Formats: sequence, C-alpha cells, structure tokens
Amino acid sequence: MGIIKALKLCFEYQRYDDEGNIQDTQKAVDQVDLDIAPGQFIAILGHNGSGKSTLAKHMNALLLPTEGTIIIDGMDTKEEPELWKIRQKAGMVFQNPDNQIIGTVVEEDVGFGPENIGLPTEKIWKRVDESLQKTGMTAYRSHSPNKLSGGQKQRVAIAGVMAMRPSCIILDEPTAMLDPNGRVEVLKAVHDLNRLEGVTVILITHYMEEVTDADRVFVMDSGHIVMEGTPREIFSQVEKLKEYRLDVPQVTELAHELRLSGVDIPEGILTMEELAGALCQ
Amino acid sequence: MSIELKNVTYTYSPGTTYAITALKNINLQIPEGQFLGIIGHTGSGKSTLIQHLNALIRPTEGEILYHGKNIWDEDYDRRKLRSEVGLVFQYPEHQLFENDVLSDVCFGPMNQGLSREQAEVEARKALASVGLKEKHFKKSPFELSGGQKKRTAIAGVLAMNPKYLILDEPTAGLDPRGRDEILDQIAYLHKERGISIVLVSHSMEDIAKYASRLIVMNHGEVAYDGTPREVFQNYRELEAMGLAAPKMVYIMHELSGRGLNVDVNASTVEEAKESILAALKEKKSPLQGKAVSAEKKQDPLSARSEAAAGGAAGEEQV
Amino acid sequence: MIRDITVGQYYPAESVLHGLDPRTKLFGVLVFIISVFVFRTFPGYLVATIFLVGMIALCKVPPSFIFRGLKPILFILALTMVFNVLLTPGEILWQWKFLRITREGLVLAAKMAIRLVYLVIGSSILTLTTTPNQLTSGMERAFRPLNRLHVPVHEVAMMMSIALRFIPILLEETDKIMKAQIARGADFETGNIIQKAKNMVPLLVPLFISAFRRANDLAMAMEARCYHGGDERTQMKPLVYSAKDRIAYLILLAYLAAAILFRITGW
Repeated sequence: MGIIKALKLCFEYQRYDDEGNIQDTQKAVDQVDLDIAPGQFIAILGHNGSGKSTLAKHMNALLLPTEGTIIIDGMDTKEEPELWKIRQKAGMVFQNPDNQIIGTVVEEDVGFGPENIGLPTEKIWKRVDESLQKTGMTAYRSHSPNKLSGGQKQRVAIAGVMAMRPSCIILDEPTAMLDPNGRVEVLKAVHDLNRLEGVTVILITHYMEEVTDADRVFVMDSGHIVMEGTPREIFSQVEKLKEYRLDVPQVTELAHELRLSGVDIPEGILTMEELAGALCQ
Repeated sequence: MSIELKNVTYTYSPGTTYAITALKNINLQIPEGQFLGIIGHTGSGKSTLIQHLNALIRPTEGEILYHGKNIWDEDYDRRKLRSEVGLVFQYPEHQLFENDVLSDVCFGPMNQGLSREQAEVEARKALASVGLKEKHFKKSPFELSGGQKKRTAIAGVLAMNPKYLILDEPTAGLDPRGRDEILDQIAYLHKERGISIVLVSHSMEDIAKYASRLIVMNHGEVAYDGTPREVFQNYRELEAMGLAAPKMVYIMHELSGRGLNVDVNASTVEEAKESILAALKEKKSPLQGKAVSAEKKQDPLSARSEAAAGGAAGEEQV
Repeated sequence: MIRDITVGQYYPAESVLHGLDPRTKLFGVLVFIISVFVFRTFPGYLVATIFLVGMIALCKVPPSFIFRGLKPILFILALTMVFNVLLTPGEILWQWKFLRITREGLVLAAKMAIRLVYLVIGSSILTLTTTPNQLTSGMERAFRPLNRLHVPVHEVAMMMSIALRFIPILLEETDKIMKAQIARGADFETGNIIQKAKNMVPLLVPLFISAFRRANDLAMAMEARCYHGGDERTQMKPLVYSAKDRIAYLILLAYLAAAILFRITGW
C-alpha cells in the first residue's frame, strides 16, 4: 500500500461572471490515479496551469477532491475528521520563501508546527533542534528570516515541515524564485532528507535538471497525468515533452540532436558522463 | 550613441554603520545596438547597476553619460531619459494596475504626454511586438497567464519607444516554453526593431544563446567583460565566484578530455552539436583522424587549429 | 525617516532588561507612564529622570540609538511647546503685540515636553529590549482573562506578530513598485494634493494586490502546518517568571509608591 494513493481524483472549480453566476466549470485535476511507495523521490512536471499545484494541495488536504479519493498514509482526506493528522504526515513547502515563514526568528518559525499540534515545550525544542540540524540551519537559528538568502529561507521552511516528523514532504516549485546557488542548496537538502531520513519526497518543478535523480517522474497536462516513468524513460521522449510546453536537460537535448544527425547513441541520456561514454567508445 | 558609466561607485546608507558599497568604481560603455547579458550571483550589484542606467539611483561617486551628456546635470530631463532607456523589473507583472491590458500599456505613453488615442496606437504596436493577441486587450491583466502578464508588462515599457530595453530576469517563474517564448520575443525586438538589449539573467545557457557581449559582476565590480565565448573560457574562475559556465562548456571539456577533438568553447547546444559532429567525422576517417590525434599528443596547444583542419579534411573525404 | 523610528524596533543585546519577562516590562512601562502623569513637580520629575537614566544604563542600547526615536516627534513637541508658552495666561514676562510669554506658560511647556519625551523614551526601551514575538506573547498572556469575554486574544496577538514580520517586506515592495512606475514615467512628486492622490493609484493598487496575495499564501502555509487557532496550542517559549522578575516588580512597586507619595505630600 502506497503512502499516497489517488483514485480517479478530480477537482473542479467554478468561475463566476460579474453578477456571481457560474460562468463555467473547469477541471484542474481530472481522473488522476497515483500510487506512491514510501521512501521514493517523485518528481511532477507540467507547465503553468497544468494542474500540478492543485494536485499537490490535495496531498495534505488543503483542497478536498470534488470526485474520487486520495488516501494519505491510510487516511482518506474526505473522511478524516481531523485534517491536521494528515497535514502532519504530509508536509508542504511552497514557492515563495517570504510568504510561508511565520516566525520573526528562525527557530521560532520551525517551532510553529509543533506548537500547533500541542506538543509539550521540551518536545518542541527537541524537534526544532533536530530539524535545524537535518537542514543544516542550526547556525542561523536566532537570525531574522528577513536577513537570509532565498535558499536559506526555503531550508527554514523545510525545517519547519520536518519538525512535524512527516513521512512525506511535498514541495510545490520550491526553487522557482531562487538563483542557481539557492536551487542547488535546496535540492541538496531535499535529497539528503530522502536518502538519510527515508522521507518520501514529491517535488514539483519547472527545472528539468532537478528531476534527473528522481525515482519516478510524472508529467501533467490539462489536469491529466500524461506521462509516467523513470527520468530516462521520460526524457527519451523529447518531442512529446516539448508538446507539453516542457523541455529536457541540455545534455539530453544535445544527445537527441546528435541522434537526429545520425550519430549512433541511445535515447534518454541524462548525464555528461553517459554522453561522453557513448561518444568516446 | 551610448550609455557610459565613468568611475561609478554606489554606497547604500553612506556614513552609517549599515553602509554597504554595492558598486565599486564601475567603468562601462554600452553602445547602441548591443545585446548585452549581465550575470552575477544575488548581491553582486547587478540590480543596483541597471537602476543607474535610467537614473532611478544616483551614484554616490562618478558620472553616467547618455549620448555624452551627464544625466545628473541640473537641467537634464531624466523623465525623457527613462522613456529612452526602458527598465523592466523582475516580476514586472506585479506592477500592473489598470482595469484592462490596453489601458495599462497606455500608462507609459500617456505619462510622456500623448493623448489617450495616440497612446493606444503605441500600446497596440507594443502589444503586437510582444506577441499578445488582440482578444486579450480588453481583459483584466489579472485574468492572463503568467507569461501573458509578463508580456503585458514588457509592452508597458516598450510602448514608450525606448532605444534601450533593460530586463531584470524576465523569465523568472515561467515554464520552459514560456521562458523560450519571452527570450525569442526579446531577440526579435533586438533584431527587427533595433532596440539595444541589456538582459540580466541567472541562466548562463540563455546568455550563451542570445547575448553578443557578457558582463560578469562580482562583489560590486565588473569581473569579466567580453563575448560569452571569451568569458566562459574562465569557467574555473566563474565557479569560484559561485557561478558556473553553461552545461555545454563542461560537456565539451569532458569530451575533449576523453580524446575527442572538439571545440571546448562551444557554449550552446547548436555549437556543441556541430563541433561534435565534425570531431566524430574526423575520428571516422581513419588515416586523417589517427594522424591528427598522434600529432595532438605532441602538441596539445595547437589542438584548436587542428580541429579546424581535421574537420575540413573530413569533409573532403565525404 | 522610516529608519529613524525606533519605537517598535528591536535592538539585540544581552542586558538585564533584555532578559526580563515581557510581562514584567509591560507592567514597567505602565507604571512609568502612570508615574509621569502622577508627578507634578520638578523634584518628582527628577525621580522619574533617575529611574529612566537607570533603565537606559541597564538596557545596553546606545543612548544615541534611543534618542533617535525622538526625531519623528520633534515637530509635535515643538508645536505643543509653542502653544503652551504663548497661550497660557499668568504672570507676563515678555510681550510683543498680542504675543506674550508667561511664567506659567514656560512651566507648563517644560512639563509637557518632559512628559512627551519620557513617554516616547520609556516605550522605546520596551520595544528595543523585547522581540516582537516576546512582546506579543507577553500581551497575549497579560490579556488572557479577556478570553472569557470572547475577545480573540490569541488571534489578535498572532495578527500583530505577522504584521511586524511583513512590515520590512512590504516596505521593500513599495520601493520596488514605485521605481517600476517611475521607470514608466510616473510622477509621485509634483502636482496638487488631488493630483498627487491620483498619482498614487499605480503604486497602491499593485501594493494591495501583493499584500492580499501574500496574506492568501501565508494563510495556506499556516493551515498546511496545522494551525487551527489558539485552542490546544502549546508554546515553544512559554513565559516563566524568574527571580529577576520578582525583584523588578518590587522595584517598580516601590517606584510607584514613591510617585503616589510625592503627589499626596505635594513635593
């Protein structure tokens, strides 16, 4: 049984005209089936407006499905009376680093979640200490979040989620507003958590380079999951990805172009070493 | 005809304990017609630099000349300067405020003193040149997609008919196709409308693909200034600054290290492809190829000219 | 100008005052404010001055930093002084046409000035030595009895601390939008008041939209982290009185008693 399991999940929302009448109904998520095994590193790709954020918000019950079900660690988000049990299990990190930090001091922000679930003070401190350590932010614990770089702010946000001891962490374009160094920093933190702590990771992103190490990749388009597979399987379909307004890592693109020009190398090359190996036999 | 910075230094909150020198003695000339890329990590001074170009920030020391005239002279018309040197901030979609797209784009031209009718003519031209379709013109800017909002905002600056267009990370937050579309549009403006472009970006790949000149900022100073190919040769030094060369430069070095006779300075996918194809051809023609690689061992320094020679030899055989 | 406002700013340091419980400091400010109005004579103000100087010495914040907080009120201060000096009837010391200065006027103006300056400095010391979070949690605890009257004390405190966190972010954003509109030829400086107000639209509309977007994001982030109001919520840094606080309370009560004594005896 997977840690996140969706069955024919649909989410519709209504658009209203000026008089408040329903103008039309849009399906942001349409008939999505998912089964994610614990401990995996999952990536979800899709262009802006493809429904990936809406899907992510179902994973910790910020949105409830209009049809179908989604089950998080055995709990149906529609049935569960206490949503915050689900939200502890599946933590969420958002895109804008400034808009998700509540505390005026780093450590107080990390303690925000544990405070909300009513842990006794000593336990809160213990969790804050360990989360800061896991994300490498211990040195910044008494800093003001406003003085940190974008990458550091996102690590604080991740630490805040980790303090809930989640079994799964969903990151909704956590690197979209960061510079390249910040992106590397955040991705490293996420990979470490996945590898060392066994936390299931669901990473939503626009950056193709970020998903080459994922266990599984899903591609979304107009609310559907349109592609699913290992990064190699996904990135070997260059033309199809471009149809979905996406791209492939530059190495893959180069390999693809070379293949089109008649060079005999396999599709779906992901790293520089692979390409060099294929070309310099 | 150019923008020229002479010994420009800028200090935030000078004279206090918070004083931070964001720019140190910058000397720079941006002639009309260039497509200039500016790269630097966060806090390197690149945002401060571009705000000097249209007089949003006054330098603490030094002077800025536009077409040879000091823009901080008492009687200099800085509002006119700002319409000639258009600046598009990062996330420009956050500055939209009018009820509909067309009115928002009219804001700039009307500030220049045009009537609403004249402004609309300019606005329509600008919207067309960023590729926004007529059917969106009467929509609220907030109904548009992220990419469309950005284009509306760029049109808002473009409608003032600037000679220079400065863009601070115009692709932030867009999906891959959206990024390509915006950059292609900018390249089009440069090529077809002859607008000089200053593009601030975090993406070495984008700069490699579009810019003809690249400036690397580091700690408030210009660390490198040259064509992207020239600058990327210093990829080790760039890494030390917390930057990196485009992926292709690394791939080409790796291939070259493994004995494939490629151009290590190729920085775009297109250039890399051509160079690899040429190198492979050369490798396949046994006689020539072996001769070249044997020679190469003796004199690694002349590898580049041999690559050209080898490529030509390969072609002859085909 | 914005940087001059020290009321509401925190100055990190390790001092006795920084280490006190925020409730103690809130009580201290309350006592001090009362005392400033209870004292009516200059010997009384001397006692208040000694107390204030003591606090300034204890808080380890550079005095120049504290006094900078007075800059924004200088205008109000000057205005009230001028009015008091010129409009109080009494023994005339100097007169020129309808303007006259009286002894009573001078005394009253001096007293007003002392009160105003002491109030600002006293409350600055509180905010300079207390983080916004400590301050809000102190207020939350102090006003907890109001919960019985269905006053949402926790929610108000939470709103205050969030507001404090977002002030610098929104200031930065204001600056950015302003520059973006200036780059499009906007003019925020010239014209009469109505024109100026009209010219603010391109600044205010994006600013409001941005503030709402942030509020929306933040609400979602808080919900995602299991925030569901003040019920069943525990605290990472609960407030506990220590020996220092007990001593501080004793000193404050003694000071208050002295003030009342001065008033009764008319010193």
